[in-house]
Amino acid sequence: MNTKLCAYLGAALGMQDEKGDRRLKVGAAKERYPGEARVAMTPESAAQIVKLGHECLIEAGAGEEAGFADEAYAKAGITVVPDAAALYAASDIIIKVRGPEAAEIDLLREGQTLISFFWPAQNAEALEAVRAKGATVIAMDMVPRISRAQKMDALSSMANIAGYRAVIEAGSNFGRFFTGQVTAAGKVPPAKVLVIGAGVAGLAAIGTSTSLGAITLAFDVRPEVSEQIESMGAEFVFLDFDEATQDGAATGGYAAPSSPEFREAQLKKFQELAPDIDIVITTALIPGRPAPKLWTAEMVAAMKPGSVIVDLAAERGGNCDLTVPDEKIVTENGVTVVGYTDFPSRMASQSSTLYSNNIRHMLTDLTPKKDGVIDQNMEDDVIRGSTVAHAGEITYPPPPPRVKAIAAQKLREKTKLPTAEEKKAAEVAAFKAQTKMQVGLLVVGTLVLLLVGTVAPPSFMSHFVVFALACFIGFQVIWGVSHSLHTPLMAVTNAVSGIIILGSLVQIGSGGFLLVLLSFIAILIASINIVGGFLVTRRMLGMFQKS
Amino acid sequence: MDISLILAAYIAAAILFILCLGGLSGQESAKRAVWYGIAGMALAVLATLFGPGMGYMPLVLLAILIGAAIGWYLARTVEMTAMPQLVAALHSFVGLAAVFIGFNTHIVMTRVAGVDPFDLVGFEALIGFKTPVELAILKVETFVGVFVGAVTFTGSIVAFAKLSGRIDGKAKKLPGGHVLNAGAAILSLVLLIAYLNGAGAWALLLMTVCALFIGYHLIMGIGGADMPVVVSMLNSYSGWAASAIGFSLSNDLLIVTGALVGSSGAILSYIMCKAMNRSFVSVILGGFGGTTGPAMEIEGEQVAIDSTGVANALNDADSIIIVPGYGMAVAQAQQSVSELTRKLRAKGKTVRFGIHPVAGRLPGHMNVLLAEAKVPYDIVLEMDEINDDFASTDVVIVIGSNDIVNPAAQEDPNSPIAGMPVLRVWEAKQVFVSKRGQGTGYSGIENPLFFKENTRMFYGDAKQSISELLPMIE
Repeated sequence: MNTKLCAYLGAALGMQDEKGDRRLKVGAAKERYPGEARVAMTPESAAQIVKLGHECLIEAGAGEEAGFADEAYAKAGITVVPDAAALYAASDIIIKVRGPEAAEIDLLREGQTLISFFWPAQNAEALEAVRAKGATVIAMDMVPRISRAQKMDALSSMANIAGYRAVIEAGSNFGRFFTGQVTAAGKVPPAKVLVIGAGVAGLAAIGTSTSLGAITLAFDVRPEVSEQIESMGAEFVFLDFDEATQDGAATGGYAAPSSPEFREAQLKKFQELAPDIDIVITTALIPGRPAPKLWTAEMVAAMKPGSVIVDLAAERGGNCDLTVPDEKIVTENGVTVVGYTDFPSRMASQSSTLYSNNIRHMLTDLTPKKDGVIDQNMEDDVIRGSTVAHAGEITYPPPPPRVKAIAAQKLREKTKLPTAEEKKAAEVAAFKAQTKMQVGLLVVGTLVLLLVGTVAPPSFMSHFVVFALACFIGFQVIWGVSHSLHTPLMAVTNAVSGIIILGSLVQIGSGGFLLVLLSFIAILIASINIVGGFLVTRRMLGMFQKS
Repeated sequence: MDISLILAAYIAAAILFILCLGGLSGQESAKRAVWYGIAGMALAVLATLFGPGMGYMPLVLLAILIGAAIGWYLARTVEMTAMPQLVAALHSFVGLAAVFIGFNTHIVMTRVAGVDPFDLVGFEALIGFKTPVELAILKVETFVGVFVGAVTFTGSIVAFAKLSGRIDGKAKKLPGGHVLNAGAAILSLVLLIAYLNGAGAWALLLMTVCALFIGYHLIMGIGGADMPVVVSMLNSYSGWAASAIGFSLSNDLLIVTGALVGSSGAILSYIMCKAMNRSFVSVILGGFGGTTGPAMEIEGEQVAIDSTGVANALNDADSIIIVPGYGMAVAQAQQSVSELTRKLRAKGKTVRFGIHPVAGRLPGHMNVLLAEAKVPYDIVLEMDEINDDFASTDVVIVIGSNDIVNPAAQEDPNSPIAGMPVLRVWEAKQVFVSKRGQGTGYSGIENPLFFKENTRMFYGDAKQSISELLPMIE
């Protein structure tokens, strides 16, 4: 223990003395929250941080539960520090996953930077305590949602894991296959999964669920995400409800509370769906508010025994009436309600890898010159937005970012999926319009023919009838030509129009110098047309081949 | 050969032509369909050659042989990228032939006037037996045939020159614009009436000059972006010219075939216009319709990327869509693109092509180029087939297309191309645009796609750029 201590002190202090420069030390603390298995630094992320000119420290045992042993860190050249007190004393920057507890805040000192989740809106006391200490806090949950900052968006990377894990958790509590199968031992129906809330977690859940083979439905109050939902392979549950559509862009891509009428329509739809659904995954959260109750006790009662509800909003009270945070319960009618709040921690290795990368990117932005010097640039939207306490002052809430998170949605024509009746009505209307037009054209056409017939001699009429029929056949035939063959079509019709050669052939026999000359030229160029056109068409068609 | 026999041959030829056009509904049946067309043409020409009133046989055979040799040479040597020009040039031949045949009809008409029809043979006899009413109709038919033929002739030549870059592709009009066209058309109508009332060859010749002018001026006034429509429109005209000549010669096969070609071209033009959300009239009249307000302002900047960056992204991607445009044809990049596709597919990546209906300078242009470069046609998809898949695609490479991927068509109601269906490439995770420089596309409109956050500009000649990528794909 002592030697270790000396080693790290030696390394830390020695560098300073010998070179006179001040390489900053980034220390990853062990999580104190019971059951939290994640760690903010992995051997790989540390290697990247070192490239920025920093030095890395880690508290002994910090990565144990996430599958990163102390030896692995030591091997990567990271100094392993015996306990928290030593780590806090030696580090300039503390990186963590969960927000600091009171004991941890006590260890902070002036000028030190803490990077972790913080939830400043909910933790005003802790924020004040940190401010009093004079430490700088960068809250990973406050990273603005702009494209440039996506690489440090830890909320998204954690939500992604939570969504995946929610499906896995549901599967392990669900007694059947996800995918439908027809086997020698009988037919298995596919599971029906409903995902409520199509944020990052919801979309991840949809993706996992569809790839396991379940029939997946999804709902969100923001109609603009219906495309994303469908792109992941789920079916968007459409509410027949007229309201000015919510623009998610205004709230940084998050949902805003909905009107009571809308809520009612929504609950009615869920109630209707409940008996058919095997697995419900709820992910609906509204920033800064308790989770909306979307899956009522009544709906749970309507579900089949053996069904599973996974509530990802359990930490904020849950979307389901029956959710008990951090617990798994089974209702009287045999429905399992999973209310765990630690899904990312249940996949600690994966979530640590992603989170440590988010942290690493944050440090990269903080060290723009890669020279080991932190530049707390309060002009930068990302750094300003995520810094909640700096230089003895609370800097939360930040001013709105200058770059709009998401381009404002244009008020689009409501792309409502038509109902079956509307579709039918539209089809009938289209059919009627078509009939009308066809009958109209036929009547007009016949009238024109009759009109021509009254003045023209029979010899002309016979040709005219042939002409009209040929036009008609032409129209009918060409509609069927496939799009990719339009160029060959043009080349071949070009060749065919060389039929004009017949005119000259018929005429040339009449004799006379001028006539023969003109006919000669006409025959010549028409031949170019015929031969050239057909050969080119053949050449083109010869190239089309299947893979 | 007997007249009845010739008619029988004509019917067979007409049916073969119909089968030929109908057979183009699928790639495989199309190969057979061309043979139907060739057989139909051979049958028709042979039957006419051995028909009554045939003369100057050696001269005829000589003309056919020379024409065939030239046609064969052209078809052999033409680059696939030069296909639009070739098609346009060939149209002009049909137009010119129609003009000459019309003149000949006039010559014969004046020659047989007052001669006892029973002394005549062949074509002369045909005209000699006509009643005065039939002669009047014949004059109208000849007049119309020459008119349409002349318009097709100069129109096709201008289209050829524009497509091959011999003259500037921009829309140009003489002062007076459409009034000039209308004036020339009215003058032609007046001349027709004069011709019917006994005016001689001068009326016909003067009308030909008017029609030649209309053809020239009409196509000069249409911008390069509308060339696909123009080419198929001229295709249609050449058909109508043949049909009009068929009327004047009382030849049903000419009428039928001309009508087939004419209606086919008309439908193609209609499909093209629909794909561009343009009305046919506005294309013909040239220039874009008036815009109603200032164009949307574009924010951001164009960010360039080098080949290493593109190659890395391609190596990471699972699904890739390539959107080729006229720029690929210009740079002759289709072989490199094909090679890139082959390499990416060998790595197990999904590579597909998204083809906009008006990509290139004539309908189906891209399909032909890609087919030439041996890109399998089942991964080459139409806009409607692929547009919904962009959202789930990792990388989109836009090669030399501009207007057909312009988001302004959907987002900016004031854009000149507003409402035109476009490929929604910007929905993909990443978009690379291979482009020569920062200039605008054929329609001269700024493209907001280039300024999007997920778009990177891959400047340089398309062929060179894509070739640079090849060794880096691993």
